[in-house]
Amino acid sequence: MSRAARALVVAAVFLIAAALLGALVGAADLSPWGIVATLLDRIPFVHLNTGLSQLDQNILLEIRLPRVVLALLVGGLLAVAGAGYQGVFRNPLVDSGMLGSSAGAGLAATIAIVFLGGLGGLNGAVVPVAAFLGSLAGVAVSLFASGGRRETATLLLSGVAVGMFLTAAQTYLLQRESQDLQQVYSWMLGSMAAASWTQVTEALPYAAVSILILLTYSRRLDVLALGDDEARSLGLNAGRTRLIVIAAASLAAATAVAVSGLIGFVGIVVPHVARRLGGPSYALVLPLSLLIGGGFLGLADTVARTVLSPAELPIGVVTAVVGAPVFVGILRRTQAVRA
Amino acid sequence: MRLPRFAAATAALPLLALGLAACSSSTPSPAASASASATKAYPKRIVSLSPTATEDLFAVGAGGQVVAVDKDSDYPANAPKTSLDPITPNAEAILKYSPDLVVASADSNGLVAALKKVGVPVLIEPAASTLNDAYTQIEQLGQATGHVGGADSTVATMKSEIAAAVRQAGSKHTDLSYYWELDPTYYSATSSTFIGQIVGLFGLKNIADKVDKAADGGYPQLSSEYIAQSSPSIIFLADTVCCGASAKTVAARPGWSGVEAVKVDDVVPLNDDIASRWGPRLPQLVEAIAAAVEKAPAQ
Repeated sequence: MSRAARALVVAAVFLIAAALLGALVGAADLSPWGIVATLLDRIPFVHLNTGLSQLDQNILLEIRLPRVVLALLVGGLLAVAGAGYQGVFRNPLVDSGMLGSSAGAGLAATIAIVFLGGLGGLNGAVVPVAAFLGSLAGVAVSLFASGGRRETATLLLSGVAVGMFLTAAQTYLLQRESQDLQQVYSWMLGSMAAASWTQVTEALPYAAVSILILLTYSRRLDVLALGDDEARSLGLNAGRTRLIVIAAASLAAATAVAVSGLIGFVGIVVPHVARRLGGPSYALVLPLSLLIGGGFLGLADTVARTVLSPAELPIGVVTAVVGAPVFVGILRRTQAVRA
Repeated sequence: MRLPRFAAATAALPLLALGLAACSSSTPSPAASASASATKAYPKRIVSLSPTATEDLFAVGAGGQVVAVDKDSDYPANAPKTSLDPITPNAEAILKYSPDLVVASADSNGLVAALKKVGVPVLIEPAASTLNDAYTQIEQLGQATGHVGGADSTVATMKSEIAAAVRQAGSKHTDLSYYWELDPTYYSATSSTFIGQIVGLFGLKNIADKVDKAADGGYPQLSSEYIAQSSPSIIFLADTVCCGASAKTVAARPGWSGVEAVKVDDVVPLNDDIASRWGPRLPQLVEAIAAAVEKAPAQ
């Protein structure tokens, strides 16, 4: 088996294991055999006596499973978006929240919470839609602020400036409306607690489109890594490629933010793990990031909802607590290799 | 972590913090000396920074002495509502109303120390931890404002209305369980809290008790899975005004269709304000609980 195939198998096994673990544990006390039987019972032509009451089956199929699936989806999106950005900017420190994406989502969600009835407003649809649009708007403003130039440094810097501006606006708003602080902060730290199949199916089309584009363009990111002049001599329009990948990665990040809030570290840590596993080629880093990111966030959410059960930890806290040391460790080992 | 709307009630007894010095047994307290020397010179310009105290003051008949109330004091409608912030009070903004008594539910933002400098007494009436605390606070406000009779009759009416509601619905419903929802992230209140004791008058079991940890202060966070599996007979929603919760939104929550309270339609929307205060409208809350208990089919 080639290194690439082996890496993909490892990542896929990790994803499946995370999904199974997520399905097996939770605040409700469900027997593992009952869970496995209920899941197998869903397969066509298989009929099993699950031993779970109707209520327990509902808990598994309507509360726990959509949450596990959503965590896998969001993790995959954040990681693949982060890897895409890193390819575009040829910079391993770029995250899926860069270019005004997180800051835009944060400001928009804060506005929705403060002025539009918050997490319960319009049946809970306000905050996700606001976050989605805010995230895309943040990127759009960053691109616009860069004056149409496509050099990576200019784009990144204008993204940083726009992000700071939006965050300052959000902070000021929060300071004025302190009674909403708690709601805004719990959104910013991310949560999967409200996951439902509706959310999954609403996120799926955007996820599919963005993932498809990113995977299609992954080889071109490898060309881009050679430098703009080199890419041009190979017949690649570097500016346009960058724009398309940024658009797709932003769509992926916005979709993730809409259904889960701001979850840090996945977009930056996971692509590095993918590189260690499969090498530096984006043709492999992107699909690996998708799988590992899903597994990582699936595990993180399982931790978030079990350590304080039945209370919950914000998932962003879990990813940061796990992600930061892992990231530092990777950096140190990478330096050691170079030296 | 979220601080539930009932701030963790620790101090059971209200604290009278007055202009000059802390009360001690040897020296008469400034309140006592003030009322004694001036032969019942009751405060005429009261500022209330506590929605419950505002309701108490108006109920005992001291409404005419109240010159300003905080921005959350929305009841009764004729209370002189201002933009004063009860959570982060600003001494200068309060002094603009030249008060001779300030009532608050907590000494936040250095309120007592700041007002002490200008000799304005502050009466702290913290979140009640028992029904008796709530009655005591009404009596204290009656004494402080010269409306002892009004306070007595307010408390007597409350007691008889609550007793009547409990008598009618019965107090031994140990076969019924309930979930008290404080917000859409499933923060709840255990039997040890003020609100838990009130529901406890009917003998209901609280599904939050089993998972209560010391660190939660009686207000643990539950999860969707846990609540669904506990399948409470009654669900009380104290997050209707803040967060738009209703019987309909609860029934639509994934996985909750089989929950007993949803099946028998015993999901009870409450007024967040009445459910989070400890004032004269408590009988309304008790009556809403009683109606829910009567509606629940016997197990």
